[in-house]
Amino acid sequence: MKTIAIVDYGAGNPVSVKKALDWLGQECAITSDPEFVATAARIVLPGVGHFGATASLSRSGLQDAIVGAIGRGTPFLGICVGMQWMFQGSQESPATPGLGLFSGECERFPAEVKSPHVGWNQLELEAASRLFQGIPSQSFVYFTHSFRVPVRDTTVACCEYGGKFSAAVERDHLFAVQFHPEKSGDVGLHLLRNFCAL
Amino acid sequence: MLTKRIIACLDVDDGRVVKGVQFLNLRDAGDPAELAKAHSEAGADEVVLLDISAAHQKRATLLDTVRRTARQLFIPFTVGGGIRTLEEAAAVFSAGADKISINSAALADPSLITRIAERFGSQAVVVAIDAKRSEAARRWEAFTRGGRSATGRDAVSWAQEAESRGAGEILLTSMDRDGTASGFDCDLTRAVADSVRIPVIASGGAGGAQHFADVFREGHADAALAASIFHYGFSRLADLKQELHSQGIPVRWPC
Repeated sequence: MKTIAIVDYGAGNPVSVKKALDWLGQECAITSDPEFVATAARIVLPGVGHFGATASLSRSGLQDAIVGAIGRGTPFLGICVGMQWMFQGSQESPATPGLGLFSGECERFPAEVKSPHVGWNQLELEAASRLFQGIPSQSFVYFTHSFRVPVRDTTVACCEYGGKFSAAVERDHLFAVQFHPEKSGDVGLHLLRNFCAL
Repeated sequence: MLTKRIIACLDVDDGRVVKGVQFLNLRDAGDPAELAKAHSEAGADEVVLLDISAAHQKRATLLDTVRRTARQLFIPFTVGGGIRTLEEAAAVFSAGADKISINSAALADPSLITRIAERFGSQAVVVAIDAKRSEAARRWEAFTRGGRSATGRDAVSWAQEAESRGAGEILLTSMDRDGTASGFDCDLTRAVADSVRIPVIASGGAGGAQHFADVFREGHADAALAASIFHYGFSRLADLKQELHSQGIPVRWPC
């Protein structure tokens, strides 16, 4: 199958991700069917809203499908809460474990800055990245989130807001971005095109 | 650094973009889908589509317009005007909106804010407040139904309640300044921006670059919205961003 699975787990709105992939001419479908996810060529896990909403992934069988696909080398992109879920957990919902693909836990912004962090902010590229190929450092992308991933050894792009945090992490065929590439104009479309070409 | 956002607003009536002066004397300025794309290419950070006919004629938002506009727009896209229920909001989201803006319906039933936020996330819920200065009471009063009905609600306390109920942003329009091109109401904007933690979008009164600089510096706005000044020459959006950049205000430029 050549199709990209956009995982719908009842949190937020997967439509804008589909719209962007449609624009890029990619075969894609919004799905909550574990079998579809298991056989997809690539998987995108979007997500906005509350970390606790990711609990439905384990209940629905989608988590097992995702873990299995990742084990077989399927390229995987987590966006926003989808990124956070790839870590061990979040202060937002301590009772909900993350997938733990990356080590670390999502934390609040410090009290001296307004939260949520909403708007266009700049990326600082920290390491060579397949996802950011052709995208210059200091590019602007669109964020909207209240929790963040600290800078880790897997961080490939940082952002500054009340201190540095991880805007993107990458390891092998696993990719995650805190910002919304589907809402980040030409820079975001470039990134999605890179993901589709992996 | 987090930048100050410049938001282009398309006031839409029956599928066409119009702009009123103080909500009256509408004139036609084009196709929403084309205008939204042109604004995005010119450097707008976001697009808001307000169905201005919806609130008083009680019509559903034109989903087809939303769908056509969203298809080629890859920056945040907010739709407002006449959304009264969770189901209506859901339809607008599935047509491609990233955020919905609610005004009259939220004042009539504030639990609507929470219900939409629980389903789609707070970042997707913008509460629009149309505020008018009340000299006697030395405050600003919230109005509904496109500025037709006074509510008796204080705009600042309503913004705080909206935040506590789950709103992700406040879109604050000064009815006194709307359509005048005499500058944003910095006092109103600051009063609201300083009393909530969520972003405040200033609206009403934009006439030139200095007005934007003033509302960011003095009004503490996180974003500023304008309609008519962007419609008749897109180079002006670039000029605006360059001017703000040269004044040291962080903006997405070049983008």
